[in-house]
Amino acid sequence: MNNQDDIILRTENLTKRYGGVHALEDANFTLKKGEHVAIVGDNGAGKSTFVRQITGVEQPSSGDIFFEGKRVEFNSPLEAREAGIESVFQDLALCNDLDVPSNLFLGREELLFKFGPFSILDEKKMMKKAKEVLERTAIKIPNLSNHVGDMSGGQRQCVAISRSASFASKLIIMDEPTAALGVQETTQVENIIRGLKEQGVPLILISHNLRQVFNLVDKIWVFRRGRIVGEVIASETDGNEIVSMITGMQGGVHEKASYI
Amino acid sequence: MFKRENLPAEASIFAVFIGIAVLFEILGWFVVGKSFLGNVQRLEIIILQVSIFGIIAVGVTQVIITSGIDLSGGAVLALSAMVAASFAQSVDAFAPIFPQFLGLPIIIPIAIGLGVGAACGWINGSITAYTGIPPFIATLGMLVTARAVAVIYTEGQPVYSLSESFTAIGSGAWPVLVFFVVAVIFHLLLKHTVYGKHTYAIGSNEKAARVAGINVRRHKIMVYTIAGSLSGLAGVVMCARATIAQSGMGTMYELDAISAVVIGGTSLFGGRGRISGTVIGVCILGVITSGFTFLRIDFYYQEIVKGMIIVGAVMLDQRRQAQQRLRA
Repeated sequence: MNNQDDIILRTENLTKRYGGVHALEDANFTLKKGEHVAIVGDNGAGKSTFVRQITGVEQPSSGDIFFEGKRVEFNSPLEAREAGIESVFQDLALCNDLDVPSNLFLGREELLFKFGPFSILDEKKMMKKAKEVLERTAIKIPNLSNHVGDMSGGQRQCVAISRSASFASKLIIMDEPTAALGVQETTQVENIIRGLKEQGVPLILISHNLRQVFNLVDKIWVFRRGRIVGEVIASETDGNEIVSMITGMQGGVHEKASYI
Repeated sequence: MFKRENLPAEASIFAVFIGIAVLFEILGWFVVGKSFLGNVQRLEIIILQVSIFGIIAVGVTQVIITSGIDLSGGAVLALSAMVAASFAQSVDAFAPIFPQFLGLPIIIPIAIGLGVGAACGWINGSITAYTGIPPFIATLGMLVTARAVAVIYTEGQPVYSLSESFTAIGSGAWPVLVFFVVAVIFHLLLKHTVYGKHTYAIGSNEKAARVAGINVRRHKIMVYTIAGSLSGLAGVVMCARATIAQSGMGTMYELDAISAVVIGGTSLFGGRGRISGTVIGVCILGVITSGFTFLRIDFYYQEIVKGMIIVGAVMLDQRRQAQQRLRA
């Protein structure tokens, strides 16, 4: 076993059934501090189910989750978030009618004057902090006071990621962060992810893009039909091996298969 | 040169307001040979008339920003007015409702009126937040119920002989002042407080708001309660002005309030809207009502035009939303 102090997240026999369907079975997963891992697998392999259990969106049928060495049970995404697990979903968590600082600070606004719900916002401070945060991500958003709904997909995704990244979270989970993005925007998002690595923030990346996975992470977890079928160090494997694990078929694929 | 995007959002609504006023001025000279705007008394009447449903509209704006709706404003106004008035009768009242509570200090009926409104709003909000019943249905239920309770409360009798100190708050320019102060307060609250930010966030993306840690249920209940209190306040001001409370007061005010909000640029889809726009919307409705009367056009034609304006405003809003979806 690994040294317990090094491990930020661990699951033991994590299982989720929907009626008779075994979406996830006996998942034993570990994530070390500062580690960036990817979860790969075919559609229906259980990747998203796994993430939904550890982010409190759903509650597991059986098995345990340990976060920072303690057994945890998240009854809502909010509880997971309060524990320090931030998730970036595709286009889920932004308010289109609010500007960038309002989105970044939603639910944890900077205040000038505290008075319950009628506390006065410190708009200047939030704008200043938002600028700093976005500068670090090197994303260009010309006017932070514009509504997020009027921005491009990449800009929006960067706002969403910056929000998770800027609040000293202990673990960030990204589900297909670049699936809907163009080339340049994808590069920007990948740069943010590299920045997180440098800062030592652990990350779980779910991606269908194996090239991206190899570029970004230390370790790859392969899911197939609800089970974890392998954990491999990214630098010690190649696309062929991963695809074989994903499909369960030997012999790999053509070297120019578009999946790689 | 003026650039369109540099102008405040209210500029176009304000231009419509000016346009309508000028149109009535021109029609006035041609049709009845008199000036529409040149009559100070008429302008005073317009602003007094709109102030009452304007107070309701300030609350309705906030509800609609959360992508809800409040249909109960007029009925809650009537119920609040009846109950408030029953505690505001003068010592020499003929056949008083509560003979033991005559000549109370005016703060008591005002607080009671606000309280009745707040209670109605709290019920609206709780039903909406906890049962999943659409606010349209929940507040429609309140519309019918509150009006009925207003009738039952005095067995259909109006409440009169209100004390002079109470009716004073409805006299002169007081209703306008109350409307103005309420509008300014909530404009600032929406713009500069956590309450406002969360109100917009819930209307914009409720799921995101919940994930961000906002207690969406509690916040919705608060917004509906505020809207109810403002309807209650409108009831207090209205019965003070009329020096009598009747269960039929404020009929259709909820629709005037919603119309003003929609004309003022608040989106029925939630997430965007401003009190300042609503105030202009309220003035537009006031000018239309007064202008038609001035041109001696039948009341029902007014209603036709109002109906068309509301539908037109919502169509514009839908087109704006569709354009935004295309860009995203």
